[in-house]
Amino acid sequence: MHNKEKHIVIIGGGTAGCVAAGRLAREGYRISLIEKDKKPGGKINNWYQLFPDRRRSVEVTDYINKEIDHPLIDLMTGTELDKVKYKNGKFSISTGKSDLGQADAVLIATGFDLFDATRKEEYGYGIYDNVITSLDLENMFHSGDILTTKEEIPKRVGIVHCVGSRDEKVGNFHCSKVCCVTAVKQAIEIKEHIPDSEVFCFYMDMRMFGPYYEELYRESQEKWVVNYIRGKVSEVSENIEGRLVIKAEDTLLGKPIRMEVDMLVLMVGMQNAKAGLNLQDKFGIQTGVNGFFRIRDNHYGNNLSNVDGLFYAGTCTAPMNITDTISHARAAAVEITEYLSKN
Amino acid sequence: MPFNPFVIPFNIGLYFIILYVVARGVVWFRDLPRTDKLRMQRGFFGRPFILSIKEIFMEGLIHRKIFKVNPVLGYMHMSLAFGWFLLILLGTIEADIFGEKHLNPPYKAIFFRFFNPDHGTAGLAKHYGFLMDLILALILSGLLIAIIKRFWSGIVGMKRTANLKFLDKVALTSLWLIFPSRLLAESFTCGAYGSGSFLTGSLGTALAGFLPAEIMAYPFWWLYSLSLGTFFILLPRTRYMHIPSEMFLIFMRNSGVRIGDQYGSCADVQIHACSSCGICLNVCQLSTSADITNIQAAYFVKGLKREDDVFDIALNCLMCGRCDEACPVGIELGPLRMIHRRAGDPPKDTMSIWSGYLRLRNQNIQDNGESHITAFQYLKPQPVKKGPEVLYFAGCMTHLTPGIPIAMRKIFEAAGIDFDFMDKDGSVCCGRPLTLAGKDREARELIRNNSDAIWRSGAKTLVTSCPICYKIFMESYHLDVEVLHHSQYINRLIEEEKLKLNFLNKSVIYHDPCELGRGSGIYSEPRRVLIHISRLGKSNHEKEDALCCGGSLANLKIDRRKITDIVSDVVEELTLSNPDYLATACPLCKKTFGKADIKAGSEIKDIAEIVAMAIVSEPPEAIELKKRTKLEKVSL
Repeated sequence: MHNKEKHIVIIGGGTAGCVAAGRLAREGYRISLIEKDKKPGGKINNWYQLFPDRRRSVEVTDYINKEIDHPLIDLMTGTELDKVKYKNGKFSISTGKSDLGQADAVLIATGFDLFDATRKEEYGYGIYDNVITSLDLENMFHSGDILTTKEEIPKRVGIVHCVGSRDEKVGNFHCSKVCCVTAVKQAIEIKEHIPDSEVFCFYMDMRMFGPYYEELYRESQEKWVVNYIRGKVSEVSENIEGRLVIKAEDTLLGKPIRMEVDMLVLMVGMQNAKAGLNLQDKFGIQTGVNGFFRIRDNHYGNNLSNVDGLFYAGTCTAPMNITDTISHARAAAVEITEYLSKN
Repeated sequence: MPFNPFVIPFNIGLYFIILYVVARGVVWFRDLPRTDKLRMQRGFFGRPFILSIKEIFMEGLIHRKIFKVNPVLGYMHMSLAFGWFLLILLGTIEADIFGEKHLNPPYKAIFFRFFNPDHGTAGLAKHYGFLMDLILALILSGLLIAIIKRFWSGIVGMKRTANLKFLDKVALTSLWLIFPSRLLAESFTCGAYGSGSFLTGSLGTALAGFLPAEIMAYPFWWLYSLSLGTFFILLPRTRYMHIPSEMFLIFMRNSGVRIGDQYGSCADVQIHACSSCGICLNVCQLSTSADITNIQAAYFVKGLKREDDVFDIALNCLMCGRCDEACPVGIELGPLRMIHRRAGDPPKDTMSIWSGYLRLRNQNIQDNGESHITAFQYLKPQPVKKGPEVLYFAGCMTHLTPGIPIAMRKIFEAAGIDFDFMDKDGSVCCGRPLTLAGKDREARELIRNNSDAIWRSGAKTLVTSCPICYKIFMESYHLDVEVLHHSQYINRLIEEEKLKLNFLNKSVIYHDPCELGRGSGIYSEPRRVLIHISRLGKSNHEKEDALCCGGSLANLKIDRRKITDIVSDVVEELTLSNPDYLATACPLCKKTFGKADIKAGSEIKDIAEIVAMAIVSEPPEAIELKKRTKLEKVSL
């Protein structure tokens, strides 16, 4: 098949990169898949269970690994892109270790970084012992124990939504989309682990955008009695016993609240990955005001960049859940196939 | 030749401007408050007068401060101002010595060559003529720079130059015409009579070679007189009013008159003393980092002169004080903006061209009824602990950076200080944000509540971590306690050897917060503390030249994204040397810096946090020993 002569470089071996690589390899293209970490899979490796059905994330990881198990895919882990030359629609790409030769198309699937919670110092991440992020909590689920630093079982847990999302004070205006439902999922999981605990979610809006999300949200209230308080946490301090003191406002009641909790979980938002942003100058690509890569058209060009032959897949263009990331990556494969058949 | 009609435009202009300036000065003086009048009267017969003469010479003519900032620009201003001054002075002497008689009318000096065309061919007069040509050449060289600056401002190192209104442009054209027309008029006359020195003489001889010099001279003398006359007539309504106003301002300032908190005569003198030189445009970070280019001090002052609605411009400012610091005329730009923040949005129907600042004066601090009282009814007396040695007020911003109060607690404990954390369970705002928004009355409610708590505690020293709070404690609280910013207090603890600190072998760059540095003049204590515990380096923006972090509470108009633009530039500039810590002494600066991408290896720290890391902790055995001896004592 003549497709074999065509070479595609995919940068980022997370969900989007791997799914697109599998699709394109099955079309007969030769794929170089570059991943900076030691193993492919990306952020999903850190997650314990996925919303809305709470399946184990390992199942999705297995699916991804099967996708890239193809003779035409050359997976290069622990590798980062070094030099790029672009001439007449062809890319000459080299990594620090080797020269990849000429590529007929490039797919950027560099994903996202979690918001650095220390930037919201008022929430005390890195300052108070029992302030953790949603990622830290997933790690606790993995290990099976949800404990405070004093090795005690928390009786009361607060969850703060929109940490680093929809927050102009940290320069992030966008909604990270998945944190609301993550909070719902994690609240349920906490209640499962510690049935006699109380969980309070502090939210601005509950954005249950996906199928079965609203149902999960309802279940969390009816079955698990998770408390939802509409209002942002303004500041956190620690009292003499080491419990966290939250100050917030219940905007539905119009009253300020002070509350003590044993653990506070910060729902950190998504930002365009630093590793991706480093490619900006190399490829001459643009970012939008939200910091993610700017797609050529919001409705029917959301895999296209401003450079011919360069495509995007996944959360480097906008916050997405796993489902949407997989769809976006498959769409990117279609776009690339179409582009290469024309050129 | 006794008289010629071409001097009439010059004469009209000259006598008009003399009368106008005197009248304006009288009105300004008349409208000053009584105490300021007394200050100026006393100043007139004392040191301030002599100081002012010196300052007028150094700043008004030589433009020393502009020289310091930008030598090319300084040369331009100096050659025009000082050159012109010399031309008038030496011209008057020339007319007096070499003219037909002594004590001539001014036009005889200005148009000396016309009335004495064959003068200066030999002896002393020839040397004098050389001097006059030299001065003219000096002015023309400055003029050349001015023309270049107007069209290609980058050449003289100015990123931007002030935009002009129509009358300014006419006045500018007439000003530009004065000296070339003088050159040509004198040259033609000299050419016809074979007189003149290296400039007028040579040019005259050259021109006379192919032109009828005697006939050509006359229209240029008319042009010279007309451009002078036009310039003088337009002067009061253009930016050139800054020339007489600046002299008045210098004397006013040296006599101790300040702008105060309401619009009055002093503010009016100050806005007219602005020459629109544009130096403030280039130091303003809103312009250099955030591309907001219509709110800078020069434009604000211009708006005031034109009696535009400047309320939005007054609010769109970081109040960082960089333009105050840079202004070569010394206009009190911050206080001027504050006056307009307090005055609020002006009613549009009272605009009047002639009454100038009267309109503004009448609307200073409008009484907004009793509304503020009900708004602050929730303020309850704060509970206080009686008699601590030190009262610690973190401030609301510090509550958002819990690392700082935690560090302060460590420091107090390590030094064995009996302190009370006054706002541990939430604070009543110090009032400064309201003051900055022009809401003085509302701020007073908060000041009263906090003052009461501080007074009841009986503490002798009040320490705050926030320069914003510090500034208002110092300026508006009238407390009977000593107020210290934590950098000052830590420095004292070190000097009194109450605090034992390790040397942290870390490189540090210190960022002066606006409210602490330019705002309160505290530069040395934080540096002394940092030198004590770390390797303190220097950035390109130290002390008075410090940058604003961009997060200032004072800007009520700015888009948050623009703040990110500013802070990114600031952090990049301050971390050029890759310091381990970028230190500041303000929770708001610290918080704002967090918005920028910090280079790997550099960390943002408050000075208190660095000090807390350096505290010499007693080895565990020593603590154990202490406990045991305590127990033994108890058991005994």
